[in-house]
Amino acid sequence: MAGKAVLTGVHFLNGDYACSEGALAAGCLFFGGYPITPATEVAERMARRLPQVGGVYIQMEDEIASMASILGASWGGKKSMTSTSGPGFSLMMENIGLGLCTETPCVVCNVQRAGPSTGLPTLVGQGDMMQARWGSHGPYETIAVAPSSPQEMFDFTVWAFNLSEKYRTPVMIMADEVVGHMTEKVVIPPEDEIEIVNRKKPEHPPEKYEPYFYPYKAGPDGIAPMANFGEGYNVHITGLTHDERGYPGMDPVTQVHMVERIVNKIRNNVDDIIDYDLFMMDGAEAAVVAYGISARSAKRAVKDLRAEGKKVGLIKLNSVWPFPESFFRGLAKDVKAMVMPEINLGQMVLELERCAAGNCLVKLVGHAGGAIISPKTIKLAVERALKEA
Amino acid sequence: MSVKTKGNVPSHPQDELLRTDRIPHIWCSGCGIGTVFSSLMSGIKKSEVPLNEVAVVSGIGCTGRMAGYIRLDSFHTTHGRAIPFATGLKLARPDSKVIVASGDGDLLAIGGNHFIHAARRNLDLTVICVNNFNYGMTGGQMAPSTPFGAKTTTSAMGNPEEPFNFCQLAAACGATYVARWTSLHLRRLTDSIREAMDKRGFSFIEVLAPCPTSFGRRNKMRKALDIARFYHEKSVIKNDIDPSGADLDFGKNIVCGRFVDSLRPTFLDNYGAINRKEIGDWPNLDNQKKPSERKTG
Repeated sequence: MAGKAVLTGVHFLNGDYACSEGALAAGCLFFGGYPITPATEVAERMARRLPQVGGVYIQMEDEIASMASILGASWGGKKSMTSTSGPGFSLMMENIGLGLCTETPCVVCNVQRAGPSTGLPTLVGQGDMMQARWGSHGPYETIAVAPSSPQEMFDFTVWAFNLSEKYRTPVMIMADEVVGHMTEKVVIPPEDEIEIVNRKKPEHPPEKYEPYFYPYKAGPDGIAPMANFGEGYNVHITGLTHDERGYPGMDPVTQVHMVERIVNKIRNNVDDIIDYDLFMMDGAEAAVVAYGISARSAKRAVKDLRAEGKKVGLIKLNSVWPFPESFFRGLAKDVKAMVMPEINLGQMVLELERCAAGNCLVKLVGHAGGAIISPKTIKLAVERALKEA
Repeated sequence: MSVKTKGNVPSHPQDELLRTDRIPHIWCSGCGIGTVFSSLMSGIKKSEVPLNEVAVVSGIGCTGRMAGYIRLDSFHTTHGRAIPFATGLKLARPDSKVIVASGDGDLLAIGGNHFIHAARRNLDLTVICVNNFNYGMTGGQMAPSTPFGAKTTTSAMGNPEEPFNFCQLAAACGATYVARWTSLHLRRLTDSIREAMDKRGFSFIEVLAPCPTSFGRRNKMRKALDIARFYHEKSVIKNDIDPSGADLDFGKNIVCGRFVDSLRPTFLDNYGAINRKEIGDWPNLDNQKKPSERKTG
């Protein structure tokens, strides 16, 4: 008996399961998986649920293959996804690049654990943030979101699919072990209240395009309509530098044209892509900037600081890439200090420092991984920063 | 740009399936890939599968460029990853025919893991491997197909490794159709490609092809015609033998033929059967019938 893609109602779910439900609600019908702690539950839930909605789960032989398979499935016309953690994320990088270059919508969920290497498989980390941005070779822009709760694992997964379809690019969900494994209330709205974006399609049937359909001829928005396999458009898709026809062009002119467009389709739309929440920022002298599980600790710290009369607020990054550059350039002139807790020894804080450009103090509250950063540690760091600034 | 042939160049019988505006191709003179490519196009036409339902997926390398010249939905992916990409493509469109065209290094060195698992799963893919015994595009390095003792740029004194028998490997992993031909066996190869496309299951065809530019010139097979003569003299056809006995020994002989032609449920057959209580309206396994059983329209 066919099940439902959207399990409308109030649930008690862990973050990984909520991510799977978000994918199904967004219309995902293909999942290429490979087990890895702490992301395995995403694959397990998808394996159980996909047959119920007419989709397919396949467990591939490694993460290289699972990433390649979701690109293939996306060109086959199905929304597709994979999930992994650090070691698997490293293996996926080459094919993430293929997805970026061929402009293939798909979603990669990285439930981060502590690295480097095998690291702490069962314990939290946020050390893959720069890898999400720069892990594949060559110049590109990427989109990544960072959920901080099981509810956001659901919401942000739907959002990630919508962004990937809209901008024709792989989108990463940069979750972490604590968010993936914690169980909380998750509200799944009625199907008609969930906004779903589908990829732009060619306007005309194949025979209307003379001499043929150009798979990379973009509109003014920088995004080219996508003809799926089997629709008669005879598209050629290659990871080589290609022109608007999809044909390889081994020269700097084609390279500049292609790379600048795929970069600019993100850069020119940062206002649409970027999302962050402001909390207690009225009159703030210092801002805690946080994402993922660290934003939960930060919120407690900010509440405690406000209770003591200190003018401190929180900026919670919902999307992490592209970085909200112009916002932080402005904010750096309004606050004395910005403090960023993250479970690595300084990654996103480098972006913050770059944007602050010396206009305010920027401090990292870092942790090598294995534990979350406590509200108390963040509170102390903010107090110190306020004295220093 | 136009798909019309340029100037006074006469039309080619395969123009329907060629991206003629991408010709001339990159393959060297004397290379066997063009012949295999021609057989592939003939095989696709003979299969009578509607062309909209055929995709060609390739990885990287000389053979990988086939995907760029065929006027079908075609995907030129990363090195070694044609099979997993094709896996997603096929499972997203179960009613389609997905052909993987790959070289020996691409398919069985960097892509070896994907090859054995796709065969084990019996994914309904048609995999054509052009074996030219070396990495041609990068200038002739040793590959898992390079004969023992053969000279390449990375085995200047002779290859110290033993090569795979690709057909034996495919059969051992569960492929339901396994054949080996040389690029001289044009008619048999074309028929074999058609058979492989008709076959529901993992089909594998190895085609031995001359690479005079990179492999031949270091191994006393400098001229394409000499290699062709060598293939002609050495190859013997032994259909239906156990591929473990299908020697590929330059010193003795080159055993060609259709070694395996069997039937077992595909990944999608089993996925549908095992999930029958759960499954929704996909995959519709009726759509996976042979072309002759297919409803047209």
